[in-house]
Amino acid sequence: MSNDIIRRSAAAQAAALQAGEVSAEELTRAHLDRIEAVDGELNAFLHLNQEDALATARDVDSRRTAGEQLHPLAGVPIAVKDVVVTKGMPTTAGSKILEGWVPPYDATLVERLREAGLPILGKTNMDEFAMGSSTETSAYGPTRNPWDRERIPGGSGGGSSAAVAAYEAPLAIGTDTGGSIRQPGAVTGTVGVKPTYGSVSRYGLIAMASSLDQAGPVTRTVEDSALLHELIAGHDVRDSTSLPDPVGSYVEAARRRDVKGLRIGVIEELKGEGFAAEVRARFQESLEQLEQAGAEIVRVSCPNFRYALGAYYLIMPSEASSNLAKFDGMRFGLRVVPEGGATAEQVMAATRGAGFGAEVKRRILLGTYALSAGYYDAYYGSAQKVRTLVQRDFSAAFEKVDVLASPTAPTVAFHLGEKLDDPMAMYLNDIATIPANLAGTPGISVPSGLAEDGLPAGIQFLAPARADERLYRVGGALEALLEDAWGGPLLDKAPELAGGVN
Amino acid sequence: MRTDPLVDYDEAVDRYDPVLGIEVHVELGTDTKMFDGAPNVFAADPNTAITPVSLGLPGTLPVVNGKAIEYAIKIGLALNCQIAEHCRFARKQYFYPDLTKNFQTSQYDEPIAFDGWIDVELEDGETVRVEIERAHMEEDAGKNTHLGGATGRIQGATRSLVDYNRAGVPLVEIVTRPIEGVGERAPEVAAAYVRTLRDIFRTLQVSEARMERGNVRADVNVSLRPSPESPLGTRTETKNVNSFRSIERSVRFEISRQAGILDAGGTVVQETRHFHEDTGETSSGRVKSDAEDYRYFPEPDLVPVAPSRAWVEELRAALPELPAARRRRLLGEWGYSDLEMRDVINAGALDLIESTVAAGASPQAARKWWMGELARTAKEHETELEQLAVTPAQIAELQGLVDGRKINDKIAKQVLGKVLEGKGDPAAIVEQEGLAVVSDDSVLTGAVDQAIAENPDVVEKIKGGKVQAIGALIGPIMKATRGQADAGRVREIIMERLGLS
Amino acid sequence: MPSIGRDDVARLADLARIQLTDEEIDRLPGEFDAIMDAVASVSEVATADVPATSHPIAMTNVFREDVVTETLTQEQALAGAPEAEDGRFAVPQILGEE
Repeated sequence: MSNDIIRRSAAAQAAALQAGEVSAEELTRAHLDRIEAVDGELNAFLHLNQEDALATARDVDSRRTAGEQLHPLAGVPIAVKDVVVTKGMPTTAGSKILEGWVPPYDATLVERLREAGLPILGKTNMDEFAMGSSTETSAYGPTRNPWDRERIPGGSGGGSSAAVAAYEAPLAIGTDTGGSIRQPGAVTGTVGVKPTYGSVSRYGLIAMASSLDQAGPVTRTVEDSALLHELIAGHDVRDSTSLPDPVGSYVEAARRRDVKGLRIGVIEELKGEGFAAEVRARFQESLEQLEQAGAEIVRVSCPNFRYALGAYYLIMPSEASSNLAKFDGMRFGLRVVPEGGATAEQVMAATRGAGFGAEVKRRILLGTYALSAGYYDAYYGSAQKVRTLVQRDFSAAFEKVDVLASPTAPTVAFHLGEKLDDPMAMYLNDIATIPANLAGTPGISVPSGLAEDGLPAGIQFLAPARADERLYRVGGALEALLEDAWGGPLLDKAPELAGGVN
Repeated sequence: MRTDPLVDYDEAVDRYDPVLGIEVHVELGTDTKMFDGAPNVFAADPNTAITPVSLGLPGTLPVVNGKAIEYAIKIGLALNCQIAEHCRFARKQYFYPDLTKNFQTSQYDEPIAFDGWIDVELEDGETVRVEIERAHMEEDAGKNTHLGGATGRIQGATRSLVDYNRAGVPLVEIVTRPIEGVGERAPEVAAAYVRTLRDIFRTLQVSEARMERGNVRADVNVSLRPSPESPLGTRTETKNVNSFRSIERSVRFEISRQAGILDAGGTVVQETRHFHEDTGETSSGRVKSDAEDYRYFPEPDLVPVAPSRAWVEELRAALPELPAARRRRLLGEWGYSDLEMRDVINAGALDLIESTVAAGASPQAARKWWMGELARTAKEHETELEQLAVTPAQIAELQGLVDGRKINDKIAKQVLGKVLEGKGDPAAIVEQEGLAVVSDDSVLTGAVDQAIAENPDVVEKIKGGKVQAIGALIGPIMKATRGQADAGRVREIIMERLGLS
Repeated sequence: MPSIGRDDVARLADLARIQLTDEEIDRLPGEFDAIMDAVASVSEVATADVPATSHPIAMTNVFREDVVTETLTQEQALAGAPEAEDGRFAVPQILGEE
């Protein structure tokens, strides 16, 4: 099997399957071979699902041969972030406390993947319970950036972004609570979409912050994200916050390649201080491309975004402290019994003390503090008010423009270990991505070019809630414009991995 | 275990004014749980009535059972409460192995119903109005079985086994405002209040409301103060008392115990207490400390509940007749005296009599059976009227046979005995066993002639004018016909044969 | 904003049922102070006239039909249990909290 097929987009792989150029089994095996060859260098996968993936692929092949009408992505393999519950497949959320846990049920989005016939290659590495921006807090070792293996692949979904960037998978599932799909996309030269809150069911996502979490696509092209988004979106009766709306025409929007008359707002508060020079330069160039293609660039101010980080670091730990209470060693997962036996209370404390890593403990304690008697109003209550203010900023901005734009992350990928001991420095990575989570609005990150040290940077577009189509329209158009300018996808510029011909 | 000196109850209520506060939990009789589609069943193999949601597995999410909301609103309306226009669920957070998520999804500062009242009727007919502060929804916890201890109790246990079948069963918790001014009748009021709620739950058909199954559980707060003008004293909360008698006994005990402490110049400790059926005493449980911090916050996985006014009014209009109104109506319809009615209610015979009347019996006849023969039978067997193996329809049928002169009262009691033995319906028993009254003259005339022939001395007395001696002839005839002869007709035939008619 | 000391960290760890090492109890107060300083700004704008937003997309009355769905078998339920006995989850003695 040639290495060529795995470098194609998911849409192109799907076309090859439909044309009979390749079988789903061959395609799946090619990706498994690639993983075998390069994942030792990356550690993008925590669990491989070879047999099941190949069985799914063979099933798709026989159904295709029988002339059955299949989903367009049937037979195209996918990697799933390990925070998503998969029946019969280990699910750890990157934590020791869940080591060896095999869930008895599937997340709704996994059900949809299986129904559509996508072979699931395995589970991808992540920051423990999705708490981090570098995939370094994983209990199973960090994932490395395919562009520079001494650097982080972003987080929390660094496993998914690295897998897609390194051609281990054409598609991956990520989750985004404060930027965990978009920031990894930016630093690995890939595309990531955080849909409108409620667009994709949260049933079966191991919750970090219930009111912020949202699953979405991680891919190499905007069109691929649109294909995957259409597949996993839609109402789910098992998630009370799932939107009842019909799924939008994302693929059509991604293929439109036209931004004439589109009004793009540049968020004044998210382009200066703290953003690296070349990251800003690629951002400006991207805007210029769009302007030349007929878009209108408008400056907009979102003054309350400066409080978003603070609100986020109150709401997120508060909800997380509660959501993670169930990990107590009583019903599933790790149980640590202190020497000489102990009470249930002591076993719970010992289990949580040993089973959670430093960042998880930090956030649980922070959240416990923010919700504790006497502090609720000052912290959680105030943060919920800031949320209202951020929403108002979005509403005001979207009266003037169709989409908003900013650099996705302030810098290119930083070095492993660089910010691990400085929580605040790590948290600042999320400065541009957090407002969308607070307001529930959708966002996309698209590669904007190579910045500092020849590493990729990303541009983020934000749209009003339920207007995810606009992201695909602007993202698809910019991607086409930039690839014309670059003479090909940005990922073509990535260095080869030792394990395989890149 | 007990060290507090007890004060005689009468003295205690003479010196102190008791104040009550009662929290009643009722398990709703929905088909499924509060937040997931697991069946809401009482008896099942452990850990089988659960879904990933009720087990709180990672990734699972709750979705509100619409039927449970409907039931909660009905309860609120029956308790004369306001129904919230907008309310939320909250997480009450504490670690305990019977909680699958280590928080209980409950309502905190936004209950679905609030500001209500209910009139509670005591056995002597006196009525006490109890004010309801709130009724809110929440989920039940799993069940711990403690092993290794002496008597299955938590103290001394070495480990516990947990069954989560009950986890997530919908509950409504009803909280009273302080119940004041009931004096020495406090224990009775507490029990009558819970009984009143129990009856309402059953009438609304929102719960089977079986105390013995824990469908209805009461936490009873008691405090004492020197006089009704004094500020409220420190209260204790006796948890999970689950029979009316126990509620009454536990309040009585707490009043005596707290009076003892106060008499000795001590202070009552604010704590939860446990009631012991065997001794009738309460013992100290957990001390309620200020350190408890439940860190309530609005449940982010659920959206607010905002019952439309149209829906609330629709539910209000469809409420069934509540027990108190029904009692007033039946009293008028049946023409019982107040005392008779109270006896019927206290005997738990109201429903049975109503059904018997509905099946065709007169109110007087229905009362005669249920409060007479059947009450005696129930007492003999130490059971409740409704547990007897006879239906109101069978009683009405039995009375119909008497009214139609098919059988007499004496035979009717025999037939009832056979019904209770499970031998079938009254008419069928009479038929099968040939118990119908014999009024066939050819049969009776033969028996009369035989009696006349065998008792010449009696015949002489009758002919001599001592007509009352006729009983000595009737007796043997009734005996010969196993009581089935129509005694009136027998008398007529004797008089005819003796030429006295 | 009040500073978070060692005692506070110990109390929070107790509430959150996390056994901390001495090293953690020493380290966390400083980290918390830095984070809380950064987040304290929210109170500048969270004035009384601003309503709170708990859900990003406002919805109400999302109800489920009262219909039984697929359940787990006892075996599935207990499959992940650290310890099970008689069809139940076995947990250490609960006393100590009383």
